[in-house]
Amino acid sequence: MAKKPLIAADTRPWRDPSATPFVRIRNITKKFGDVAAVHDVSLDIFKSELFCLLGGSGSGKSTLLRMLAGFETPTSGTIEIDGQDMTHVAPYNRPVNMMFQSYALFPHMNVEQNIAYGLKRDGLPKPEIADRVAELLTLVKLQDYGARKPHQLSGGQRQRVALARALAKRPKLLLLDEPLGALDKKLREETQFELVKIQETLGVTFIVVTHDQEEAMSLATRIGVMNQGEIAMIGEPTDIYEFPNSKFVAGFIGSVNMVEGVVTEDEPGHVRLRSAEMGCDIYVGHGVECAPDQILSWAIRPEKVMLSRDKPDAPFDANVTKGVVEDIGYLGDMSVYQVLLDSGKRLRVTQTNTVRGNPDAITWDEPVYVTWNDTSGSVLTV
Amino acid sequence: MRRGWFLPIAATLGFSFLYAPIISMVVFSFNENRLVTVWSGFSTKWYGELFNDPQMLGAAWLSLQIAAISATIALVLGTLAAVALVRFRSFRGRTLFSGMVSAPMVMPDVITGLSMLLLFVAMESLLGWPAGRGMLTIVIAHSTFAMAYICVVVQSRLADFDRSVEEAAMDLGASPLRTFFDITLPIIAPALVSGWLLGFTLSLDDLVIASFVSGPGSSTLPMVIFSKVKLGVSPDVNALATIIVAIVATGVLIATLIQLRSKPKRARP
Repeated sequence: MAKKPLIAADTRPWRDPSATPFVRIRNITKKFGDVAAVHDVSLDIFKSELFCLLGGSGSGKSTLLRMLAGFETPTSGTIEIDGQDMTHVAPYNRPVNMMFQSYALFPHMNVEQNIAYGLKRDGLPKPEIADRVAELLTLVKLQDYGARKPHQLSGGQRQRVALARALAKRPKLLLLDEPLGALDKKLREETQFELVKIQETLGVTFIVVTHDQEEAMSLATRIGVMNQGEIAMIGEPTDIYEFPNSKFVAGFIGSVNMVEGVVTEDEPGHVRLRSAEMGCDIYVGHGVECAPDQILSWAIRPEKVMLSRDKPDAPFDANVTKGVVEDIGYLGDMSVYQVLLDSGKRLRVTQTNTVRGNPDAITWDEPVYVTWNDTSGSVLTV
Repeated sequence: MRRGWFLPIAATLGFSFLYAPIISMVVFSFNENRLVTVWSGFSTKWYGELFNDPQMLGAAWLSLQIAAISATIALVLGTLAAVALVRFRSFRGRTLFSGMVSAPMVMPDVITGLSMLLLFVAMESLLGWPAGRGMLTIVIAHSTFAMAYICVVVQSRLADFDRSVEEAAMDLGASPLRTFFDITLPIIAPALVSGWLLGFTLSLDDLVIASFVSGPGSSTLPMVIFSKVKLGVSPDVNALATIIVAIVATGVLIATLIQLRSKPKRARP
């Protein structure tokens, strides 16, 4: 569902150092009393991006969004939108619209009036407002619901009205605060798809705040992971998942097995870690900035670990350890194995169930070998 | 104790406790006899007498005017106070302000009335305004204490109101003032209506404060009734009270019907 890249240079301006960002956030800090909700955040967002701000509650993602909308004034730093300084511009004078988490529909107005509200404030002539409202109702597939009041709509319909209302003024930038948070799982998946489609059709820049990592991964062109008021990592979904830059990001996105190890070999082409927790050496097939005898963290995703009954080859005399299957969680498409290593460490391993009802599958209390490729794990220094 | 008979009996007792006095008053307003407590036959003559009593009619008209004007003034002031208390969470002297706004509710009427009287006398001698006591002073006095009640009603409505609805309006280009009139006001309108009605009733009801701050020639209806009753209850007071009950009952009925009509009709596709 993520945006399909057409030509790399066109759709990924963040990879082009000479591209001009559409939203430029510079050293933004917001303090409430003595507490910094957002601390020294700098961020560039490009035109037509669908940027996700991902973080837990209290990570400052919503505060950052509210500063972009103009509901909060930054304590320091600047916000530039489309080349204009917007730091101290009132919300009603910004070329930005927001879709609220609670949808914030006007309860005393019907769907059409809700959508038309912003257009009326702009003083557009009546026929044009009517045309635009009809167009938006078609866009969100609510043609027959124009005369309904918000309380006569279902959650999904309200969400679409809120989206249509936020899009009505054709904003340069649309801010979405947990746009799918109030919908149930099935509806959320459908709506995600719709949202991306609408975003692609209109070419509006979207900034989405969410705490749901799956949502962020499937929607976004890029994700900004926030932690305690700071940006922990900015990157494309694959970067964030496969190449996390810190223990926090690795642990926050998806599940991960993380162990510590001591550097025993530090070559430009590879690194060898000795890990008591894994009960073996870890051979990493690329250079890492570290020093001999440094203690590092090493993380691997459960699906990148392999289990076998027979002893696998160990080309570097590393990356193979032994354990016993302690527990199995069968999820249908895959199974989650919890393997107790001889060292006492528990590993989480997932295996895709490619064979139907496999009678030969590894089962409870079986001793197994655990192995992984030299490029599968991430070395994390922070 | 079975629920089968307990509930109807409790309800009958409760309602008769509340409404028996009113019903007996309505019945006796149609009594032909001059003595209120002796029934001698059906008659509507006291209603006729009432409508030929210019003092009674004048007092009723004055009371209605005072109630309407003071409720309106109190509504504006009370709403402003409520908005300040709910919307501006922290300003200097907020606690003091909130305490002082609600103080008139717990203040005994006698004290409110007396202090108002002293204030008006002092103002008259110092500023020359308000000149004498009459309708104006009653309106001022009633506005101040009704404001406290209205403030509480509006405050509770504002407090459970989703702030992001206002933010959404501003986000769509409405200035804060525009937002207040387009969004906030319509949403809190039910509280404003009930606040106004509350202020109206409080003013219409009040005897004590009005007695302190009224002047010659400006007796409100409760004052006139009270002075008449002091000379013995006359049946035309019953007739007047019955008319008031009828008006109030009709008002309540209409309000309920309107509410039932505008109740959300939950139609789901």
